[in-house]
Amino acid sequence: MPRSTQFHRRLASLFSGHWVSPVVFLILWEGGSRLGLIPKSTLAAPSAVIGTLVEMLTTGELPDNLWVSFLRVAAGLVIGLSIGIGLALAAGLSRQGEAAIDPIMQIKRTIPTLALTPLFIVWFGIGETPKVALIAFASIFPVYLNLYSGIRGVDVRLIEGARSFGLSRAEVIWHVILPGALPSLLVGLRYSLSVSILVLVVAEQINASAGLGYLVNNARDFMRTDIIVVCLLVYAALGLGADGLVRLIERRALAWRPNLAEA
Amino acid sequence: MLAETNFTAAFPVSEPVVRLRDFHRSFGANTVIDGLNLSIAPGEFVALLGRSGGGKTTLLRTLAGLDSVGGQDVLIPNSRAVVFQDARLLPWKKVWRNVALGLKGPGVRERAEAALNEVGLGHRIDAWPLTLSGGEAQRVALARALVREPKLLLLDEPFAALDALTRIKMHALVLELWRVHRPAILMVTHDVDEAVALADRILVLDAGRIVAEEHITVQRGERGDVGRVLRQRLLGHLGCEITSEHVLSAVDVGASILPFPQGASA
Ligand SMILES: Nc1ncnc2c1ncn2[C@@H]1O[C@H](COP(=O)(O)OP(=O)(O)O)[C@@H](O)[C@H]1O
Ligand SMILES: [Mg+2]
Repeated sequence: MPRSTQFHRRLASLFSGHWVSPVVFLILWEGGSRLGLIPKSTLAAPSAVIGTLVEMLTTGELPDNLWVSFLRVAAGLVIGLSIGIGLALAAGLSRQGEAAIDPIMQIKRTIPTLALTPLFIVWFGIGETPKVALIAFASIFPVYLNLYSGIRGVDVRLIEGARSFGLSRAEVIWHVILPGALPSLLVGLRYSLSVSILVLVVAEQINASAGLGYLVNNARDFMRTDIIVVCLLVYAALGLGADGLVRLIERRALAWRPNLAEA
Repeated sequence: MLAETNFTAAFPVSEPVVRLRDFHRSFGANTVIDGLNLSIAPGEFVALLGRSGGGKTTLLRTLAGLDSVGGQDVLIPNSRAVVFQDARLLPWKKVWRNVALGLKGPGVRERAEAALNEVGLGHRIDAWPLTLSGGEAQRVALARALVREPKLLLLDEPFAALDALTRIKMHALVLELWRVHRPAILMVTHDVDEAVALADRILVLDAGRIVAEEHITVQRGERGDVGRVLRQRLLGHLGCEITSEHVLSAVDVGASILPFPQGASA
């Protein structure tokens, strides 16, 4: 008797886990596909998607195109984050910088980046440049806005405390203002990363001959829903990876915060 | 016993560490300090009393060199340190790095450690500030001030936020540190008893001027009788007619709520 109740309890707890509904969903999806309720041209079966994934990995088709996309995002982010951080430092740390930079950034904020796509194509053609430029442009703002307000939000009492010990302006910036703004910078970084992936999806619709977007476009033309789903999975993985990266940085850099600090 | 207002015999010889002559400070039309004269001798322990909004913090900021004085006759030493009511430790620096903030040269950690040992916190040297209690944080702030061996130590209601028991321990600690390091101390407080127990000299600031000055020559620890008389007098200066026990709340309640004006820029 005790054995069977234990077994039942375990069974019950097993089925109350978070993984249950996704698995049920997958089973229904697979079943629907096998019974012909979901045509292949509408949505490929999970098993077919996995098969395609393995095939694309072994042929190198997926890694090669992923690498191309990765380079686009990386290039765009390096440019965008550098500009965003540079502008935020200039605007946050000096009154002249604020007067010169912030109004323009606020105007820029009102324009959705993707609406600039046609303009960027006119300016930069249809090669790599407009794709990288779009990603760079989009990733400037989240990091700018958060770092700028983070710098401005640093507790003036801490700044005065440091000044009262004779720290120079540069030392105050280094020891107080920048570490104080770091949590905001990381929030901005997280937004910039996710926005860069979003823009990647759209930017790669511009006449790409390689990259994830190219795979998706091709698959669409041949109604290969399995490849499309594989690419969706990859986009999701990229998003998760970017988030995990920032979390990792946060854990290391913000160890002092109360919820993370060990007593 | 209590000496006269113009008593100068105890500290006549050496140059003062602090000297303000006819000092003025106003915010717009609001004149906060109005023709104030002040001089503090090396190693002297001065307490500053006054009602909330009377300009105590403003004066202390001037002595801390935080506000520009606009060419007025103000002498302050180069080596000075402040302990505020809130400890103002940088939460992202471990305790010893807070103590060592701005120190240069070799052996900085050792110096910080020595200072922390002095305040009884050698064992928290690698702790994060947000894990400290209020009293511990204030002791770290004291260590951070004293590690610089300041000629002038400024304390702005340093114990106001602490519980009574911790406050008494802090009084003893401050006296001990003062005896060892001998900085001149200016301590802003709203606690008349605290001022009587700790200081050589008590000033009362009102309407931007020093309206009363009391020297205490009686040994600390033996000030019971003198203290009672002095306390009545000081309360009189503070415009407080209540003669009974519940004095603290009447003197300066608002100050502990908003200890610092926040007008300065980042
Ligand atoms: N930065 C500031 N800007 C404008 N007014 C201020 C500023 N700092 C202090 N004051 C004013 O000066 C007066 C004295 O303030 P303060 O020195 O903080 O008083 P206390 O410390 O004695 O309570 C108050 O009326 C306060 O409003
Ligand atoms: Mg005050």
